[in-house]
Order: sequence, then structure tokens, then C-alpha cells
Amino acid sequence: MTQLPQSTERKMGLVIDLDTCVGCHACVISCKGWNTENYGAPLSDQDAYGGNPSGTFLNRVHSYEVQPADGHAQLIHFPKSCLHCEDAPCVTVCPTGASYKRVEDGIVLVNESDCIGCGLCAWSCPYGARELDMAEGVMKKCTLCVDRIYNENLPEVDRVPSCVRTCPAGARHFGDLGDPDSDVSKLVAERDGMDLMPEMGTKPVNKYLPPRPKDTVEDQIDILAPLLAPVAEEPKGFLGWLDKTLEKI
Amino acid sequence: MHPAPSVIIFTTLSGLGFGLLFFLGLGQPAVTGFVAFVFYAIAYALAVGGLLASTFHLGHPERAWKAFTQWKSSWLSREGVCAVVALLVMGLYALGAVFMGSHWSLLGWIGALFSLATVFTTSMIYTQLKTIPRWNMELTPAMFLSFSLAGGALLSGAEALAPWLLAIAGAIQLAYWAKGDGAFARSGTTLGTATGLGVRGDVRAFEPPHTGTNYLLREFVHVVGRKHAQKLRMIAFALAFVLPLLLILIPASGVVIKHFLVLLAVASHLAGAMVSRWLFFAQAEHVVGLYYGKR
Ligand code: SF4
Ligand code: SF4
Repeated sequence: MTQLPQSTERKMGLVIDLDTCVGCHACVISCKGWNTENYGAPLSDQDAYGGNPSGTFLNRVHSYEVQPADGHAQLIHFPKSCLHCEDAPCVTVCPTGASYKRVEDGIVLVNESDCIGCGLCAWSCPYGARELDMAEGVMKKCTLCVDRIYNENLPEVDRVPSCVRTCPAGARHFGDLGDPDSDVSKLVAERDGMDLMPEMGTKPVNKYLPPRPKDTVEDQIDILAPLLAPVAEEPKGFLGWLDKTLEKI
Repeated sequence: MHPAPSVIIFTTLSGLGFGLLFFLGLGQPAVTGFVAFVFYAIAYALAVGGLLASTFHLGHPERAWKAFTQWKSSWLSREGVCAVVALLVMGLYALGAVFMGSHWSLLGWIGALFSLATVFTTSMIYTQLKTIPRWNMELTPAMFLSFSLAGGALLSGAEALAPWLLAIAGAIQLAYWAKGDGAFARSGTTLGTATGLGVRGDVRAFEPPHTGTNYLLREFVHVVGRKHAQKLRMIAFALAFVLPLLLILIPASGVVIKHFLVLLAVASHLAGAMVSRWLFFAQAEHVVGLYYGKR
């Protein structure tokens, strides 16, 4: 059913802290591993050991440099996966009903046995969160690890998406963003969590926490520095003569 | 966007085919018997051939029938439904014209309406995408419809209408190019809004996620050939509109010469339409390219 639900009971999603992400790509690898071995078609690679490798990933980490008007440039690592949008264009464009948004938790999923691999949903997603698997010919996307988060065979600590469980920096948080009292909602409120491309009107559930402001370096903090100023700015005597002569040659 | 040959062939051929069906449905030309058979054979070959070509880029063509189910929300599904209805209704109408020498005009009108609706729904598949500002404009459906009507008029031999429709389609094409060139900038989407970091300073893509390429880059970031865009536009415009107009306006005597000139005009128009459609895809920039520091 590709009509979007009016509202969902919960809005499960991720909160990604751009301040703490160290860009180690551990989430990328654990996601690829979990989603290749479990739910749905495996995430295939093409020419994996050849000269031009490429493959399906549900989560990718970019790195950006931000240059403020004054001050130093800052490097920011930027993990990106499906944002489980409330107004998900990828769902409504789907001709087969393969793409849908769940009423109970707001997770956006693809029913792989209905997907014809037309690719239109990937065209409609502004975030590049959907990739057509070249081996299976069906659309793959982040499932928020539906096969982990409710899985009673796993210890409770593991009932979170694989990326969240793996992140060594604690930069990824999982919870109900529809509940204002949840930990993730409080985190978003406290740190001014933001939407990506709000102008697209997709109303993403996942939020990004902007990097905290960096410490600034005062103009002169070292009281010994003046004493270390070079004594002779212009070489004098023989050295001066040598300098001038060499300049002329 | 990657200009996939299957999609270019599909949209141009089926656009022309449904354009011809539109005119046939309105009784222009009001042919019967064998002549009608030839006309309908051409129209169906174009329309159905185009539709078949479009299934080549599917991952699972064997499930394509499922695409008829979501007409309530999906333009792609609506296109499938309109195409099937148009082909069925026009098929019945054609039976009447070919074998009984009669024109069931109500059926013809309905078939003509659905033929145009098919072209419109095709165009809406592209127009609806906010992620591709160059397509997300009212001029996109106008362009698809005007191409289809001009081509249909040419093919059906609507002598009085064809020059006007060609001129209108040419004007819309120019407007589409002019407006499309600024569409991405007007959309307001930048790497700054894409990352939410734009408020802090200038954002630059420093490192891509992987050293290799991926589905997204192959599908959405197509820069090869864009540098020839201006030349290709001139070629497309000359082939699609200028040459066919000249060919059909040449005062020719004799049925054979006239038919030959019209045939040339149709071939030229179709070639121009294909170049234009290639540009439609190759020049379309998807916002996801921003994340990769590309457009
Ligand atoms: S991020 Fe993309 S794939 Fe995920 S729900 Fe939003 S539009 Fe759909
Ligand atoms: S690729 Fe599959 S899920 Fe995506 S729009 Fe097409 S049929 Fe639907």
C-alpha cells in the first residue's frame, strides 16, 4: 500500500551526533554485515576484488569541510542513511505497493517480493538513501534493523539497530522521536537537532545534532612568546653583505 | 540523470504513438479498411513498442503487472492504467474502422482522451520529482504533450494543424530550456541545506564515502556530454521543428512527393525528439549529487 498513513503510533528513528562522529565507518561495515546475513536480499558487491569495485550500502559516511567566515575550517564526518521521513516521497511514487510506511512505528520498508526494481523511489529520495541491488534487481534501504529491534532472541542490549550498537564513539542514538519525553527527543531539544533539506518537505524523522562550537584561540595567549621574537630581523655585517650579493646574482 | 536508452526510446516512441492514436480517435484522418489498418498498425507499433522498451530497465519485468495496483497514489501506476485503457478502447475503435468501415465516435473520443492522459501521466512521473528541479516545473507536462500532439499531427497528415502544433511545441521547448537552466539555483537546495551545516560557513565535500563509484552516482550524476549541450539543443531544435516545418510547407504537387516529404518530416521530428529527450535526462541534476560535491 503506497498511500502514506495519516499518522504513525510511534516515530522510531535515529539521532546522529555530528559532534562526536569520528568518521571511522564502523557503522557502515556493521550495517553491511547484518543486512547481508539477515532480513531480505543480501547487499551484493560487484567486482569486489577488481579494479572498479562497487556495491550496495544502506549507510554511507561522507566527510565535509566547513569554512566559517572567520576562524579555522572544521572537518565534519557525516553518516547518512534513510531518514524514515513522515512525508516520504519514495512511498507514494511506488507503482507496485512494494514501498510502505508502517503505522505502528513509522519505519519505511520495501517488500522485496513486490518490487519490480523500477528505481523511481530512489529518484524521489533527496538523500540518496535507496540503492538498487545489482544482483537482486530490487530496491534496498535501511530497515532500522526491524529484525533486531523487536527480536526477543537477542539480549536486550542488542535490540537496537546494528549501526547504533556498533558505533564506538556513541554518535548514534535510537528511539521514539514521536514521544517528547524519550531520551532521543530530549537530546534533540537540548542540542538543536536539525532536519536535512527541510525545503524538500519530506519531514525526516531522523535528526542530526550540529557540531558544538569549537574553542577559540585568543590572539596572544603565550606570555613568553614576545621574548622569543627574532633578535635580528635584517642580517647585518658579513651575512648582510652575502645576502645582498646573493640577491643581486 | 543517466540517460538510459530504454527510457528515451520509450518516451519518444510511445509519445508519438499515443499522439497518432489521439488524432485517429478524433477521426483525423477518418480512414477505413486497409488504410486504417496501416495507420493503426503504425500507432500500435510505436505505442506498444515504447511501452515494452520501458520494461527493459526494470529489475523484475516479470512482476510488471503489479504496477497497475497503486493508481491512487503513484503516477507511474496511473500511466500504466491509462495506457492499457487507451490501447483497449482504441483497439475496439480500430476494429470498427478496419473491418466494419464505421466510426464509433464516442469510443474514439474516449480513446483519444486516454491516449493524451497516458502522455500526461508519463510526464507527471518526472514532473512530480522535487529532487530534480529541472523536471519539477509546469513546462514539463506542457513539453511532453506538445511533442506528442505535434508528432501525432504530422503522422496523421493533419495538414492544417501540424504547422501550428509544431510551432507551439518549438516555443514550449525553448521556454523549457530557458527556465530549466535556472531551476536548480531557484530551488534553494545547496550542500549547505543538504548537510544542515550551511549556517556555519562554506561547506565543501572533503571525502566521498567510498573510493569507488556506486548506484547513486551512476544513476543520478551524469556529467558526460553536458558540455555539448548547447550544440545538441540546436540540433534537436532544427531536427524536431525547423526541418519538419519546412518539409511540410514546401508547395509540392503529386501525392507521392507529398507523402515522401511528410515521411521525411516525421523521421526528422522523431530524431529531434530523441535528441531533446536525451538532453532532458542528461542535463537533469538530482540534488543527491550535492552530497558528493557534484551535480
Ligand atoms: S530518506 Fe529517502 S528513502 Fe528514506 S523515507 Fe525519506 S525519502 Fe524515503
Ligand atoms: S524500485 Fe521497487 S520499491 Fe522502488 S518504486 Fe519501483 S517497485 Fe517500488
